Amino acid sequence: MTQSLTQPQTTETVDATANRITSLFAQKSERLLNVYFTAGYPNLNDTITILRGLQEAGVDLVEIGMPYSDPVADGETIQQSNDHALNNGMSLKTLFAQLAGCRTDAENPITVPILLMGYINPVLQFGVENFCQKCREVGVDGVILPDLPLDLFLDEYASTFRRYGILNVNLITPQTAEARIRFTDAESDGFIYMVSSASITGSVKGVSDTMKAYFERIQGMHLRNPRLIGFGINNHETFDTASQYANGAIVGSAFIRHLSENGTSAERIRAFVETIRS
Amino acid sequence: MQTTLDPQTSFEVSDKGFYGHFGGAFIPEMLYPNVEELRQNYLNIIADPAFQAEFWQLLEDYVGRPTPLFLAKRLSAHIGATIYLKREDLCHTGAHKINNTIGQILVAQRLGKKRIVAETGAGQHGVATATVCALMGLECIVYMGSIDMERQKPNVDRMRMLGATVVPATSGSQTLKDATNEAMRHWINNPVDTHYIIGSVVGPHPYPDMVARFQSVISQEVKKQLFAKTGSENPDYMVACVGGGSNAAGAFYHYLNEPSVRLVAAEAAGQGVSSGHSAATTALGKPGVLHGSRTILMQTDDGQVTEPYSISAGLDYPGIGPLHAHLFESGRGDFYAITDDEALQAGFQLSKLEGIIPALETAHALAALEKMNLNPSDVVVVCLSGRGDKDLSTYSKFL
Repeated sequence: MTQSLTQPQTTETVDATANRITSLFAQKSERLLNVYFTAGYPNLNDTITILRGLQEAGVDLVEIGMPYSDPVADGETIQQSNDHALNNGMSLKTLFAQLAGCRTDAENPITVPILLMGYINPVLQFGVENFCQKCREVGVDGVILPDLPLDLFLDEYASTFRRYGILNVNLITPQTAEARIRFTDAESDGFIYMVSSASITGSVKGVSDTMKAYFERIQGMHLRNPRLIGFGINNHETFDTASQYANGAIVGSAFIRHLSENGTSAERIRAFVETIRS
Repeated sequence: MQTTLDPQTSFEVSDKGFYGHFGGAFIPEMLYPNVEELRQNYLNIIADPAFQAEFWQLLEDYVGRPTPLFLAKRLSAHIGATIYLKREDLCHTGAHKINNTIGQILVAQRLGKKRIVAETGAGQHGVATATVCALMGLECIVYMGSIDMERQKPNVDRMRMLGATVVPATSGSQTLKDATNEAMRHWINNPVDTHYIIGSVVGPHPYPDMVARFQSVISQEVKKQLFAKTGSENPDYMVACVGGGSNAAGAFYHYLNEPSVRLVAAEAAGQGVSSGHSAATTALGKPGVLHGSRTILMQTDDGQVTEPYSISAGLDYPGIGPLHAHLFESGRGDFYAITDDEALQAGFQLSKLEGIIPALETAHALAALEKMNLNPSDVVVVCLSGRGDKDLSTYSKFL
């Protein structure tokens, strides 16, 4: 029974400094836009279309959701897109197959940094070592696994992720204590995901004064990692505000709604990104 | 409260909340401060003499403890063993669930919380939570799968009468798993002034340990009562049903390190383990993470949680508590898969033989007796976790 939870060792090592996320932040530190979409939504084979659309629209990072049956940190919009994608037949195996070759496409390679976001159980069933190996193979640069707390990550999985150069992005919230923020900053590479308020995704309306006070407090801590603000970023105004206090922001539910209503064409995706940016 | 477990033994939870390979706190950062606040305080709060005094007083005067240990003579004759029933069905609100909610409401008060959120399957935990919130004057919000709300309507009405807000969980299978998801989301959205009263030995550490400690009053009483009746504290078998497993954890607690006592868990096989409509977790599941702990979980090869099925709403859960996963993996516990039909039959049998209508959940534990190859000299205690009034509409379809 333990075998499925314990990963075999490998001697391969990868230079984490070559990671696209690390390189991106070395070049650009302001108004970065990270856009989330759920793999397999609205249609099973939309992944590369949406990824390419977002790259062409000039987003800085892309976060691809690995759909899960029980996404507890997400609101209705993302949960429904997860259910829809699972009904379409999406799985980690299919996602990796879709991403295979996207970095090396001679005509139009995907160069934008890619993060996979999702919950730990599908990753455990895939096998953590297999998962990291596949991420490396297809050119995934980092992961966001909200139900894998930093402490457990460090105890059980960090060495595997680091061996393959896959960054693990950690979250902080308005309730995170200062000591834990310092710990998270010390143990993170890439960036810190600042959850804007005590909430699930897609449930926040606008940027309140309380949120601004929290953003200022974190800004004043002068963390070594760059920060992106997520949850409640859904239009130009909220993106602009978040960018005043951090290196940029993450848009998720608003983009899922846009895809539902407008489809996946490059021009519609560009129109969405333009409304956020300008 | 007695905590007689030897900390060196493997059935004690570790500092990080693991029982063997199972447990832990796999939670989003949004829940970390709440869970950490609880983890840092729960043992001190429980150990405080003022807490102990209030807890025991309420168990005695409000819950009606100790509950009797009843020698079921006609059932014993039928099965061919000496069978005692631990009558948790006689607790106020009709099930063992209130042992835990009394404990947790006192913890919540001491943490300065103003609002309680809970999930419920059959409604027994929701009723027990609504009851203690009324008792203590705290706001109460209970999430319940919309399918469960239909099949357990009397409990929905009871919760509302007690002043609770019952919110239907309409996602996924619309049962206990989804009610738990929604309650966790509510907690994420209200982290400062809300305490989440989890109703079973599931969820992130320290919930499995805390709930097991509050329920351990069951085995503590059985030890004394059985000694008074038989001259021995230990039965040969302790039998309980397991959905998440809180009544089983309470019934097993003081016997975990008594190897002469076999711990027997009855899971819901639904229409049959291989039917595709089942909740028999140890038979169908494998290690995985759900609702904050690593446990044994019914899931697809891709790690998507499978929707469970049982005639009994309280057992309709795709996982089990991490302690139970450890008991299964280590061989300390015997796990039986009981079908809907077997449970119904056992429920009717107890009603006719002993004049006790058991909850459908409990009927699964009673049905395990038929499969255990018992000898006439065996002493068996069955945790009669709840009463069957709430299940009459289901029972009546088979009368």
